[in-house]
Amino acid sequence: MTEEIVIAKDLKKHFLTSRGTVKAVDGINFSVPEGEMLGLVGESGSGKSTVAYTIMGMYRPTAGQILFRGQDISREARKRPKALKKEIQIVFQDPGTSLNPRRSVKQILELPLKVHGLLKNKSGTQQVERLLEMVELPLDYMYKYTEAIGGGEKQMVAIARALATDPSFVVLDEPTSALDVSVQAKIINKLMQLQKDLNLTYLFITHDLSLMRNVATRVAIMYLGKICEVASASEFFRNPVHPYTQMLLSSIPVVSEEEERLKPKKVLSRGEIPSPVNVPPGCSFHLRCPVKKEFCSRDDPEMVKVGEGHVVRCHL
Amino acid sequence: MSEPLLAIENLHVGFDIYGGHLKVLDGVNFAVGKGEKVGLVGETGCGKTTTMKSVMRILPMPPAKVRNGEVFYKGKDLLRVNLRKVRGVKGEGISMIFQDPTAALNPVFTIGRQLMDVVKYSKVAGKGQSGDKIRERAISALKDVAMPDPERILSNYPIQLSGGMRQRICIAMALVTGWELLIADEPTTSLDVTIQDQVLRLLGGLVEEKGNSTILITHSLGIVREWTDRVYVMYAGNMVEAAPTKQLFSHPLHPYTQGLMKAVPKLTGEGMAEGVTGRIPNYLTPPPGCRFHPRCPHVMPICEQERPPFYDVGDAHQVACYLYKE
Repeated sequence: MTEEIVIAKDLKKHFLTSRGTVKAVDGINFSVPEGEMLGLVGESGSGKSTVAYTIMGMYRPTAGQILFRGQDISREARKRPKALKKEIQIVFQDPGTSLNPRRSVKQILELPLKVHGLLKNKSGTQQVERLLEMVELPLDYMYKYTEAIGGGEKQMVAIARALATDPSFVVLDEPTSALDVSVQAKIINKLMQLQKDLNLTYLFITHDLSLMRNVATRVAIMYLGKICEVASASEFFRNPVHPYTQMLLSSIPVVSEEEERLKPKKVLSRGEIPSPVNVPPGCSFHLRCPVKKEFCSRDDPEMVKVGEGHVVRCHL
Repeated sequence: MSEPLLAIENLHVGFDIYGGHLKVLDGVNFAVGKGEKVGLVGETGCGKTTTMKSVMRILPMPPAKVRNGEVFYKGKDLLRVNLRKVRGVKGEGISMIFQDPTAALNPVFTIGRQLMDVVKYSKVAGKGQSGDKIRERAISALKDVAMPDPERILSNYPIQLSGGMRQRICIAMALVTGWELLIADEPTTSLDVTIQDQVLRLLGGLVEEKGNSTILITHSLGIVREWTDRVYVMYAGNMVEAAPTKQLFSHPLHPYTQGLMKAVPKLTGEGMAEGVTGRIPNYLTPPPGCRFHPRCPHVMPICEQERPPFYDVGDAHQVACYLYKE
């Protein structure tokens, strides 16, 4: 379990636009040990998805490195060897748009098998059946088109597609945020079970902290292209250190008294996320920070270790 | 409860589509008292928005069709008066905030133009007012929702603002006229938690200040718990449970409500519970009897035959389930 399957080193991804450089991801470091689930949490526009797409090779990083099992993969997907692409797969947020409406489920699931030459015989029926069984969908779904099936089931198809090539690392980009809570629970349970059965490693991207509490082994909080706190899931909720994390946690609406007690003291949130085109100088959070000091607007804080596997980017 | 401000009685609404008639709302009963904050929760597609849109008379008809039922606002039946008069009633008292602020604002007009039009055509605030007065009123509405630099915002287009700001514009728009009942349809679903917290706090403050009634439609149980006095739980076009908020969260009775509560991920980190199995029924051929029976863990023979009525279980707690037929 100690081998770190994916490592990001000082990863940067900037986009050039007519109005300036958007620093979507600005120097982040993280690592995902094998068999773990790292949760990447942040508000919209904080760069979570850019991280995912860069790992997938949809973007080339501006600077920094991504290592996969020790091998440098910081380049575009088309320059990566096929065997590597087979190992890394992704599940997108909205299954309604990530699945082709003009292909049947069977065609959708066969494609990755064909591309990677994994088809055992001419018709992939058996293999597709096995994939459908894996996500507990009825076998006759094979001949259905995606518009005929519900949102949760579509996401199950998307998961089956990601697992078709037998990957070892799966990026889950908000896989349940387009779905209802009752469906979400089912999908998450399935994902957890698959992780155990197939020994998968997940990078789980979400904005839902209470979901993260229940699934992730470690959590990293992103704010404006930077990671501001990393900790193990239980430590994280017991002892949040960064003011932004405290603000996030205290903003979650909860459903029971016990949870209310777990939340940190109410930190009134204020202000908006600044535009990533002109990130404020110093600590990027200082404009909204309730406990900011004078030097926060000058110096960018360094990552500081505050406990076992718990690092935070704050002067305090 | 004395005379309710808004009462929906036995409302049936359907949609005519190719292939049949979708029976969406199937006998909805709902009431809001004066000064009450009421929550309406349910899954996507269970008819929350349809209910409120029929109150506002903004459902596209056809295909929508009100088959039965009444909606009383201050004793007037909104479904029977003609559209012109409805507009008058709305101008006087009901405001609505829509789910997606990006879609609710017109992208080709400035915020000022849109906001001032609302004031101009409203019965109470705008009648015969001069342009300056209207502008002043719009600016003060923007100040109410804590917008920085309102003069500049008036000349901006929606695209120049962030999601949180746009939603606040929509709130300002709903609140700029004199209102007594505010219908907020998932006002914060498209926002981040910290921004959501801000918007809800702001809305709460404004409502408290004026002591008016609010209906909050949402699928987030957490928001309902923090925000409302009384909750209605809706499933597939039926109300299944109604109770004071505290009561509902300490003793959820209907199997559907219990399932929903269990499915919410908890901060205490006890793992994920199994959600409610199955999915919302097809409205073309809804299951007979209780519409929840195909997904219900406690299903009994009677559930498949007859629709359960509301049973009173004390403390203003009502539940539509045969399990509680004493």
